[in-house]
Amino acid sequence: MLTHTFKPDQPPPRTSVGIVAWLRANLFSGWFNTLLTLFALYLVWLLLPPLLNWAVLDADWQGSTRADCSGEGACWVFIKARFGQFMYGFYPPELRWRVDLTVLLAIVGAAPLFVRRMPRKAAYGLAFLLVYPLLAFWLLHGGLGLTPVPTSRWGGLMLTLVIAAVGIAGALPLGVLLALGRRSKMPAIKVLCVTFIEFWRGVPLITVLFMSSVMLPLFLPEQVTIDKLLRALIGVILFQSAYVAEVVRGGLQAIPKGQYEAAAAMGLGYWRTMGLVILPQAMKLVIPGLVNTFIALFKDTSLVIIIGLFDLLNSIKQATSDPAWLGMATEGYVFAALVFWIFCFGMSRYSQRLERRLDTGHKR
Amino acid sequence: MQNPANPPRAGSLLSDPKARAWLFQVIAVIAVVAFGWYLFQNTQHNLQQRGILSGFQFLSNSAGFGISQHLIDYAESDSYGRVFVIGLLNTLLVSVIGIVLATLLGFVLGIARLSPNWLVRKLATVYIETFRNIPPLLQIFFWYFAVLLPLPGPRQSLGLGDAFFLNNRGLYMPAPTLDGGFWPFLVAVVLALSAIGVLARAVRRRREATGQGFPLLLTALALLVLLPGLSVLLFGKPFVWSVPQLQGFNFRGGWVVIPELIALTLALTVYTAAFIAENVRAGIQAINHGQTEAARSLGLPPGKTLRLVIVPQALRVIIPPLTSQYLNLAKNSSLAAGIGYPDMVSLFAGTVLNQTGQAIEVIAITMSVYLAISISISILMNVYNKRVALIER
Amino acid sequence: MKMAKTTLAVLGTAVLLGASAMAQAGATLDSVKKKGYLQCGISDGLPGFSYADEKGNYLGIDVDVCRAVAAALFGDASKVKYSPLTAKERFTALQSGEVDVLSRNSTWTSSRDAAMGLNFVGVTYYDGQGFLVNKKLGVKSAKELDGATVCIQAGTTTELNLADYFRANGLKYTPITYDTSDESAKSLESGRCDVLTSDQSQLYAQRIKLAAPDEYVVLPEVISKEPLAPAVRQGDEEWFDIVRWSLFALINAEELGVTSKNVEETAKTTKNPDIGRLLGTEGEFGKDLKLPKDWVVQIVKQVGNYGEVFDRNVGAGSPLKIERGLNALWNKGGLQYAPPVR
Repeated sequence: MLTHTFKPDQPPPRTSVGIVAWLRANLFSGWFNTLLTLFALYLVWLLLPPLLNWAVLDADWQGSTRADCSGEGACWVFIKARFGQFMYGFYPPELRWRVDLTVLLAIVGAAPLFVRRMPRKAAYGLAFLLVYPLLAFWLLHGGLGLTPVPTSRWGGLMLTLVIAAVGIAGALPLGVLLALGRRSKMPAIKVLCVTFIEFWRGVPLITVLFMSSVMLPLFLPEQVTIDKLLRALIGVILFQSAYVAEVVRGGLQAIPKGQYEAAAAMGLGYWRTMGLVILPQAMKLVIPGLVNTFIALFKDTSLVIIIGLFDLLNSIKQATSDPAWLGMATEGYVFAALVFWIFCFGMSRYSQRLERRLDTGHKR
Repeated sequence: MQNPANPPRAGSLLSDPKARAWLFQVIAVIAVVAFGWYLFQNTQHNLQQRGILSGFQFLSNSAGFGISQHLIDYAESDSYGRVFVIGLLNTLLVSVIGIVLATLLGFVLGIARLSPNWLVRKLATVYIETFRNIPPLLQIFFWYFAVLLPLPGPRQSLGLGDAFFLNNRGLYMPAPTLDGGFWPFLVAVVLALSAIGVLARAVRRRREATGQGFPLLLTALALLVLLPGLSVLLFGKPFVWSVPQLQGFNFRGGWVVIPELIALTLALTVYTAAFIAENVRAGIQAINHGQTEAARSLGLPPGKTLRLVIVPQALRVIIPPLTSQYLNLAKNSSLAAGIGYPDMVSLFAGTVLNQTGQAIEVIAITMSVYLAISISISILMNVYNKRVALIER
Repeated sequence: MKMAKTTLAVLGTAVLLGASAMAQAGATLDSVKKKGYLQCGISDGLPGFSYADEKGNYLGIDVDVCRAVAAALFGDASKVKYSPLTAKERFTALQSGEVDVLSRNSTWTSSRDAAMGLNFVGVTYYDGQGFLVNKKLGVKSAKELDGATVCIQAGTTTELNLADYFRANGLKYTPITYDTSDESAKSLESGRCDVLTSDQSQLYAQRIKLAAPDEYVVLPEVISKEPLAPAVRQGDEEWFDIVRWSLFALINAEELGVTSKNVEETAKTTKNPDIGRLLGTEGEFGKDLKLPKDWVVQIVKQVGNYGEVFDRNVGAGSPLKIERGLNALWNKGGLQYAPPVR
C-alpha cells in the first residue's frame, strides 16, 4: 500500500515574493517600463534634493528680521514675522480673538453634522445655518457692545474664508432655484434661467468682480452705497450660483420619474413635491459636486486681488513689496500655495470619500 | 360643460394649473423687465447727471499708447478699435496655445496615472494633486515673479547655439523672412500635403476592402522631405533666417516670446492639464476592462490597445468634461492682467477703459467677447463630440 | 398660489427699493453729513502720497487732503474711510459714487475734466514725468533710451506721454504695462525692463522701495506737465467748493504763517485781518461754504498747513526728501497759489 504524503510546500521563488518581486512587477517589467522608471527616477533626483535643500535643510527658521536670512535656502522668518497679517489682514491685533472664536464656533457647531448617526441632523443643520451667520457677522463686524471693525480692515486668510463661505451660502439657495427654474415646464421661466446661468458661466470672474466693484453703483440710484466687500460678495454669489445650479440640475435629473409621479399621486403641489420629496434626495446626491464647486470658489477668491481687497494672496503680495523684506516673493508664494493646497486638498479628499459612501445608495 | 350643482368659484382660474402657469410666467417676465428697466433708468440718470459720455464713438479715437505684444501692425496713432482687436488676438493666442499644450500634457498624465509602473503612477498623482489644488492666479505669479523674472538679463542670456536665447526679456529665436525660393517651396509643400491626403484615402479604402496595410507614415514623411527639398535645390532657399543679436539694450531681430506670455501659458497649461488628466483617467476607467482583454487577446501590444481601442472609446466620456476645461482655460486667460500680458481684459478692460472712462461700454464689450468665445468652444466641441459619439447601428 | 405670492413679494421689494431710492437722492454734502464720514479714494500704495503703514493707518499728501476735508466738515480729521483704488478703478469709482473725493495723484487733463464727468478742484502737487534707470546702464539722458524696454502703470497719462515722447524723438521702445506700481518696481529691479517711467514724485517714492536704491538714478528730463489734483463728481457745485477750499485753506495757512502749533494761539490773538478771515474770527466765510466757523482752525490744527503736509510726507522730514521746487509758494519762487478768503 502506498501512502501519499505531501511534501511540504516549496517556498515561492525568490523572484515572485518580497521586495524584488514587487520591484520587478511594478518598476522593471519589460524594457519600456524600465526606461520609464529610470526616467522618473531621474526626474525625482533632479527635483527633490534641491527642493528639500531649499525648503528645509538650508532654510532659515530662527530670527525676526531680514538680517536673519542666510540667503542659501528659504527664509521662513519672513512668514513668521508677517504671520499675523497673513491670517487677519489689518484686523486690530487686540480683537483677533473674535476671529479665532468665530472659526472655533464654526468647527464646534458644524462637528455634529459630520457624525453619521446624529438624531435630528436636518433640524440641527438648519438651525446652525440660520444662527451661525448672524453670530459670525456680529463677532467679526462688531456692534451691539463689541468694538466695530469695518470691513476695510478685514484681510488675510480670514477674508478669503469669509468670501468663500458667504459665496457658497448665498449661491446655494439661488442655485437651487435656478436649477428648478431650468427644469421647469414653463417656457418663459426656463428661458430666463437658462440665459442667467449661461451668461454667468460664460464670462470670467474678473470681469464680474470688476463690474460689481466699480459699476454696480452706476446701476443703483444715487447715494445708495454698498460696502466694497459686500459688492464683491454679490458678484461672487451671482457667478457661483450659476455653477451650483448646474450641479444641482445633475442631481435633479438623477431622480427617477417615479418619485415625481408618486408625489403627484399623493396630491402634493409643486413646491411640496420639490421640498419634501425631490430636493432632499437630489441634494444628497450632489454633495460631492457641491464640495467641488466650493473648492473652485475657494481658489477663485484669490481674484479679489484685482479689485484691491486684501485676501490671503494680496496680503502676501503686499508684504513681499515691503522694503524691509524684499526678495521674499518665492517664500511668500510657496506659503500661499501651501495654505490653499491644504484647504483644497482636504476638501477634495472629503468629497471623494463622500462620493464613495453615497455611491452605494442610489446609483445602480 | 360645467356642472350646475358645482358653480365655478371665483378662484377657479387660479386653481387651474395652466392658467396659473401663464400668470406666473407673465409676472416673472414683467418683474425681470421692470428690474432691467429700473437699472437702465438709474444708469441713464447717473450718466447724465455726472456728465459721462456714452456710446461707442470712442472706438475710433486714437489710442496713443504702446503695446508690448501685437500680432497685427500697430502704431500709437491707431484707434481704440484696433487695440480691441489686438487684445482679442492676444487672448485667443494664449488660449489656443494653452488648450493644445494642456490637452497633450493632460493625456500623457492621465495615462501615466493608470500606468502599471508604480513610480510613474505616483508621480502623476503627486503632480495632479499638487497643481489642481493651487489657485491659477498664484501659479501665474509664481512662474512670472519667481521663475522667469529672476532669469539673467539680456547680456548674460542662456543661449542655445547662437540662435536661441533665454533671458528675463523672453525667449528669442530666429525668424524666417521670405526669400526668392519661397513660392516654389510653398507650392511643393502644398503638393506634398495633397498627395498625402489622396494617398491616405486610397490606403484606407484598400484596408477596408482587402485588409491590406500600407506604410503610410513613412511614405508621407518621404514625400514631405523630398518635394520641398527638390524645390530648394532648384529654386533656392525659401527663407532667410533673421537671428537675434544683442544690440543696445535688447536683442534685435528674430522672434521673441515675451515672458508674460510664457508665464501665462505655462501656468494655464500646468493647471488645466491636472484637470484634464483626471478626466482622461476617469474616461479610460469607464471603458469596460473586457475591451482591453479582447484587444490583448487579438494580439495587439499595449500601446496599440490604448491608441486603437481604449482612447477612441474613452473620448466619448472625456469630451464633455474636456469642453468645460477648455472653457475654464479661456476664461482663466483673463488673469493675464496680474502680470501685464496685454490680453483682452488687461488691455481693453484695463487701459482703454481708463483712458476713455466708459466703463459700461467697455465691460459690456469684454463680457460679450468672452461669451462669444465660450459659445464657440462649446459649439466646436459639440460638433466633434457628435463625430466621436457612439453610432448605434 | 404660492408662486404668485413669491412674485408679488419680489415685485413689492423692487417697488420699495425704487421708492427709497427716490428719497435718498440728494447732494453729496448731505449724504456725507448723514453718513458721518468722508469716503475718500486713494492709491493702492505709494509712499509719500497714500499708503498704509504696518498697522493699516493711511499716510501721505493725498490722505492729508482727505483728512483736511473731514476736519473742515466734521471738526475731526479722522472721520475718513479710505478706498484704495488701482489706476483703472479710480475714475469709475468716483463716477459711480463709491467715493466722495478722489485724492489719488491723478493728473488734471481736459478730457478727464470734460468727458469723464469729473471736476478737478486744484493742484496738490505739480509734477512731471521722468525716468528711473539702473546706473549700470550708463544712461545719462532719456534721449539715449532708443530700443529700451519701459515699465509703466496701466491707464495713466504717463502711458500716453511716453508714447508721445519716443515718437517725437524718433526712438523705439517696448512698453510693459502693469496694474500696480509695486509690480513695475519689481520688474525694474529684476531687469525685465531697462527703465521705469512715472511722475517724478512717484519715481522717488518707488526708488526707496527698491532693495538697493542707490543703484538707481532719476534722469534729468521731465517730459510732461503733471498737475496732480483731487477730483469730485461733476454737477455738485456745493461739494466741489468745499473740497476746493479745504485745499486752498492748507495753502493759505502756509502763506500766512499759520501752523498746527500756533493756530489756536493765532486765532485768539491775531490782529492781521487776512488771518482773521481765514481762521473765522472775522466775517462768516465758513457759512458761505456751509462749513463751521472754525473750519480752517480745525484743518490746520489736525492736519497742518501745506508746508507741514509736504514736509512730513515727501519733503525733508520724510525718507523721500523731495525738494519743494515747483511746489513752493508763489512768493517763494514756486507755483502754489491760493485765492484769498474774503
